[in-house]
Amino acid sequence: MESPGIILAFWILSAITVGGCLMVLIARNLLHALVFLVLAFLGMAGLFLTLSADFIAVAQILIYAGSIAVLMVFAIMLTPLAARDNSNSLYVLPALAAGFGVAALIALVAVVTPWHELRGEALQANAPVTTVAVIGDLLLGRYVLPFEVASILLLFALLGAIVLVHERSREDSR
Amino acid sequence: MSTAASSPQGKRPATPMARQILEHRSLLQRALALPGEARFVLAVLGLVKLAVLAGVGFLVVSGALDGRWYDIRDLGNATAHFRDWSARNGVPSAVPYLLSGLLGGLAILSLVGGWLVIGVWIERRLIAKFQIRQGPNRVGPFGLLQPLADAIKLLQKEVLIPLGADKLLFFIPPILIFIPAMLGWAPIPWAAKMSYADVNVGVVYTIAISSLGVLAVFLAGWSSNNHYALLGAMRTVAMMVSYEIPISISLLAIVLLTGSLQLSDIVAWQQQHSLWMIVILPFAAFTFLFASTAEINRTPNDIGEAESEIVAGFHTEYSGMKAGLFLAVELGNALLVGAMMSTFFLGGYTFFGLETWVPGYLILAVKTGGVYFVFVWLRATLPRFRLDQLMTFAWKFLIPLSIIQLLVVAVESTIIAQSGLPSAVTLGGAVVVNAALTIFGVRAWANALGYVPEGGSASTPIMTTTMGGLRAAERIRAAN
Repeated sequence: MESPGIILAFWILSAITVGGCLMVLIARNLLHALVFLVLAFLGMAGLFLTLSADFIAVAQILIYAGSIAVLMVFAIMLTPLAARDNSNSLYVLPALAAGFGVAALIALVAVVTPWHELRGEALQANAPVTTVAVIGDLLLGRYVLPFEVASILLLFALLGAIVLVHERSREDSR
Repeated sequence: MSTAASSPQGKRPATPMARQILEHRSLLQRALALPGEARFVLAVLGLVKLAVLAGVGFLVVSGALDGRWYDIRDLGNATAHFRDWSARNGVPSAVPYLLSGLLGGLAILSLVGGWLVIGVWIERRLIAKFQIRQGPNRVGPFGLLQPLADAIKLLQKEVLIPLGADKLLFFIPPILIFIPAMLGWAPIPWAAKMSYADVNVGVVYTIAISSLGVLAVFLAGWSSNNHYALLGAMRTVAMMVSYEIPISISLLAIVLLTGSLQLSDIVAWQQQHSLWMIVILPFAAFTFLFASTAEINRTPNDIGEAESEIVAGFHTEYSGMKAGLFLAVELGNALLVGAMMSTFFLGGYTFFGLETWVPGYLILAVKTGGVYFVFVWLRATLPRFRLDQLMTFAWKFLIPLSIIQLLVVAVESTIIAQSGLPSAVTLGGAVVVNAALTIFGVRAWANALGYVPEGGSASTPIMTTTMGGLRAAERIRAAN
């Protein structure tokens, strides 16, 4: 069922993603690390594409490679404490704990998922033709409450950011 | 122009510019002054061309071409037939896809490359016409070889890396900025079956690809180790990030109306209703046009590389062909935005039924050229905005009004989809409502922001009536 092209693409994209992530850890310069992080994001988007999840792939490029990377650039530029060094962090232990937690979660999902039911013809029979309409239906139907909660959270974050950086105008300037 | 005729233009001693205009005959005069043999040859060639066109027209009308592989009105036919043929003859299915992918990529590359060769000349000549100058006219016939000479000059120059520059990050941006400029062409439909990759998330893909350039611009500015470069990069990044939002919202209005993220569906919707998006969503079209001039750094909004202020902005330190790549991407992106504007707002490859006669890609090319002409026009006419003016315009004007428009369009699209009325009635109503709301909304919002037009409300631009333009050139010719 798997065509050789997909397998080749999978290995190339995996190499790009894993290599990019490794270089994020290795690179001493923080901006170099950022560039490799973007490379890893793009590799992930490619992996999503090989899984026919085109909307997720494009959203990955738009949100992570496009927006979050620029946000990180601004954070690095404007934060004096974040020196240009990708040096040791104070948060090694929490980071390790969180990393192991995420890995355990993914492993759990991988073990629990009934893979034998989700392969071959069974998977193809269940696959929707276009993912966008299904995602839209789910977001505004079954998962409307989390969707709205997330949007309200984002709105509060937006307002909070404005309030935090808002400079009180002096009396003389309007 | 009645006041112009009575003005004492002829009695005034001719300025050097006026004298030049007098000596330089207009194109029509030069065409009429051709020798008799040349006119005869041209007439014969014209007749031959008319005969060929008549033959092709007969073929098209008789329907002998429809769906055949040699039907050049839609090159997608050839690909589809090739795919069928290879499926019947046991050729592995990868071959036709790989081959059409390679050929399509080559076509896009050569389209953009060809545009880089001719586009510089066209743009410089057009701006020269706007400013009553000659433009490049020394290298080759009509100066046509000027871009080639420029390219050779750029290739010969030494590629310098400034001391203290970040070597890796200085190397990446010219490449990184070129990739989205090529990828952006993929989803654009050139005819009904003819698009490189008709992804069904085309609109989101377009926005995502255009957001990739921001990082390249920033890296170029930061790694140069130069104040001007960093200033230009910060300006450009701030501007691109701000103007991505109105672009996205205005495209979202289109998606609401058409109910599809696929670019070919959007064109098909406009074809089906015989209605261009610019008619039903005038404010979205304006937003897209203005915001994309900011995205691609063209003149009304080119503060990112304002030559008179910060040298060349984020690519100040780049030399040789690396700087050439930045300039090339800028030029290619202008064409890409023209194609997108035509696809989203001007009916794409369709022209009210003409697309059944004429190849769709020619129609799209003409429309793209038209939008590009508007870009050149803006560049030749408008002065540069200040940074704070640009940011204020995006955040306080374009974004709120775009959100209001999005709400209105959401209501309208629900009415169009749910009410049983004929689409002509609902769409016509939407056109009228949107036009009225756009005019009213823009005026009300400008008043609310406290905008006062300087020097009253000038109905005609003062500069063009008194100083320049083609009319002025005509007047000078007529007066003498």
